[in-house]
Amino acid sequence: MILNVTFWAFSALAVFSGWRVFRADSMVRAAYWLLVSFAAVGIILVLLRAEFLGLILILMMGGEMTIMAVFMVAFMMNPAGLNPMTMVHRNSVAIVAGVVSFLAVAALGLFARFPVARAPEGVDPTRKLGVELLGNSMLVFQTAGVTLLAAMIAAIAISSARGRYGDADQGSVEPDQMVTAPAGDVAAAAAHDPAPVTSPGAHQ
Amino acid sequence: MTLQALLVVAAAIFGIGVYGALSQQSFVMIMMGLELMLNGTILAGGSMWALTTGGSPKGQMLVVVLMTVMAVEAAMGFALVIGIYRVRKADITEKIKRLKG
Repeated sequence: MILNVTFWAFSALAVFSGWRVFRADSMVRAAYWLLVSFAAVGIILVLLRAEFLGLILILMMGGEMTIMAVFMVAFMMNPAGLNPMTMVHRNSVAIVAGVVSFLAVAALGLFARFPVARAPEGVDPTRKLGVELLGNSMLVFQTAGVTLLAAMIAAIAISSARGRYGDADQGSVEPDQMVTAPAGDVAAAAAHDPAPVTSPGAHQ
Repeated sequence: MTLQALLVVAAAIFGIGVYGALSQQSFVMIMMGLELMLNGTILAGGSMWALTTGGSPKGQMLVVVLMTVMAVEAAMGFALVIGIYRVRKADITEKIKRLKG
């Protein structure tokens, strides 16, 4: 009974805070609403006796959402939420897509036949998971680790300010808007500014 | 709590994530939509482990893989946000539609 009430409370919290993510006026608040949603799902996992997964989800998301909040302050407009904020495009299409995907996945959950086999009592799932991680599923575990390492290297390579031979964005800067001018204007402009843009000494 | 209830909650979180990923203009808000979709998937995976696998730890391995996906998505997303801001001074999707025919 208590378990059921707790479950429904945290389910409602997970869905409500997930919805608030896209309704908050401040992106920092949106990040922390997302953290609330993740924490609620983590607690549901703990209630389902997947303690390790639930707690590691909360731990990981606590760190990630803090980084995300820092990103919001650094890059995005209106991080403090002083003004109302809606930055959406094709809102109605997105609402329809969201509702349709909810109905489709929920119908799958409601009407598909799944085997019923609860985790047995008295066995420690965390211990079993640890043995599995370093036993039969070692390859999966190692592959996940190498994938994360590759992601770290790729993140540094993409976001680095300097590449091996100079600025990282060299050659990838968007060209200026091409304006087609009448021929007379081009000749006049050339006569007005005949000097080349870069002087010969500038390459050193 | 039944498996059906858990899967409906997971579907609701997933649907909100789909809405967010499609509707938001800001790159970081799009990432939040993707994370919310993965959040629903993790809930579905965890509840399937708890109620249908008889406690086999392979069900939990699936959730571990999903968490790896989430970490990779976050790392790549943040790196791309930095990279595209540096090159195009863009923080919303509308600023990079020059490639659009």
